Amino acid sequence: MKSSASRLSLWLLLTPFLLWIVLLVLVPHMQMLRVSFQVRESWDTLAWGLEQYQNFFTESYYWRTFVRTGVMSLFTTFLTLLVAFPVAWYIAKMARGRSKGILFLACLIPFWASELVRTYGWMILLRESGLFSSWLQALGWADGPVEMLYNDVAVIIGLVYNGLLFMVVPLVTTLDGMDENLVEAGYDLGGGHATVLREVVVPWAMPGIVSGCIVVFMLTLGSYLTPVLMGGKDSAWFTEQIFTQFITRFNWEQGAALGVLLLVLSSVMVWLGLKLSGQSLRKVMG
Amino acid sequence: MIRSVPRSRLFDGLYLAYLVTFFIYLAMPLLVTAVFAFNDSQFPSLPWKGFTLDWYLANGSEGRTGLFHDDGLLNALWVSTKIAFWVTLGSVALGCVNAVLFERLQFRGKEFLYLLMLLPLVIPGVILGVSILVFYSGTANEVSRLWGFELDVFRPGMTLVVMGQVTFITTLATLVIGARLRKFDPQLEEAALNLGATPLVAWFTVTLPWLLPSIFGAVAMAFLMSFENFNTTVMLTGSDTPLTVALFNRLREGSTPVLNAVALFLMAVSGLLAMLTLRQKRGDQ
Repeated sequence: MKSSASRLSLWLLLTPFLLWIVLLVLVPHMQMLRVSFQVRESWDTLAWGLEQYQNFFTESYYWRTFVRTGVMSLFTTFLTLLVAFPVAWYIAKMARGRSKGILFLACLIPFWASELVRTYGWMILLRESGLFSSWLQALGWADGPVEMLYNDVAVIIGLVYNGLLFMVVPLVTTLDGMDENLVEAGYDLGGGHATVLREVVVPWAMPGIVSGCIVVFMLTLGSYLTPVLMGGKDSAWFTEQIFTQFITRFNWEQGAALGVLLLVLSSVMVWLGLKLSGQSLRKVMG
Repeated sequence: MIRSVPRSRLFDGLYLAYLVTFFIYLAMPLLVTAVFAFNDSQFPSLPWKGFTLDWYLANGSEGRTGLFHDDGLLNALWVSTKIAFWVTLGSVALGCVNAVLFERLQFRGKEFLYLLMLLPLVIPGVILGVSILVFYSGTANEVSRLWGFELDVFRPGMTLVVMGQVTFITTLATLVIGARLRKFDPQLEEAALNLGATPLVAWFTVTLPWLLPSIFGAVAMAFLMSFENFNTTVMLTGSDTPLTVALFNRLREGSTPVLNAVALFLMAVSGLLAMLTLRQKRGDQ
């Protein structure tokens, strides 16, 4: 009697979970994979084939954007880590009392605004009629309006900005738990700044570094707004191509193939990141 | 680098300068967006032409339409609110069930299912949208072609947007509520059972009140995430565009201070929600 009741409650709880994960995650992704291998022969006949994937490799525009997006995402992730680490260190280990809480909160506030609002703010600052351009002219450092938007540097500034929160929070959390005596011991044993950082601090902060890097990389690779709005004609982003295939050209087969490729890239990078650092997804995300 | 370790003056100075620069970098885009919502000029740029509330209140008679008279934006705001309501309801309910499932029950394959539960967090938002579009909208197309029967709910539109957002917001809600449930002392529930409560009564009078703060937090988070989502939404939206997509389309045509007004409005609302959650958390400790 007892076991049948507990079995019933297990199934009652398991059913919503399974419906969600199967109907919204697993089946749609399987279907996307299936469609990516379908080739449209005429308006109502389909055949199996690799045509979409061949297109990807033969059209240099596709794979160049793919590689570019991957490389720029990696670079953005690395830069975000570099920018965030000193700030996280200060908040976790040097600020005391109220200022600690206030500084941490200050890092969170920009993320109460959406990505669109943040990107819009950067556009007001960087564009030709924007604030930086006006200031430069007022200071006499520029003769005419300066366009700082629509290039890769602008895109990276925006992407790093978007990723900061997801880097600062896990870093502060892991660094907070570090015993300061470890660092002092490192210096007592004759280590310099670089040695202590490499041998003591970084290994300790590794879980935070990995979780921050994975989330930032994922978000950057999959971002659409910032590269589209802040990038110029030459700075194409892979999600933009997926969007074009689906919404503009209505070529779902090609779009699905590009989607599968992006998913494979992000999964492989996340998996590599976890393997190389010896972390598990459960520890990093859950 | 720690206070007790000797450092040079120069290093301290540079470090401080870096921190100041960082926080300026952090604040600047939001600050300018907010300030230009009140500039009496057709464009959100310098020079400053004086303070005005036109971008909220103007009724279109002088060539300016403020946010509160802009039917397109107000409609988009309403669409977003409806979507956020259903997403919050769905994902928080699922989150509660999932949290109990993973924190309280033991069953075979739990570890594997937990990993599946985390999956939506490592799938780019655009892909979540695309896969749902391909499956559900594609199914609707097939059904229409084969049997001439229209499954309009599965065409791009509100239902699909809600489904797309629920997909990943459920994972976040599960993590938030699960973290709190983990700290619950099961003996409290057992005590209620010993005192004669049925399991259902014990759940509603002991466990649920304990979970409430985290459920409230999950509601605020789900609402915000849904309201602000773009990547998944843009793939699934039909003729009724939610606010982020409407703003994006306007932004491509060129920017006016009305967009600043909307942006500031959004920041204020989400700031308020975030404050409420923080206060709740503090009162709770």
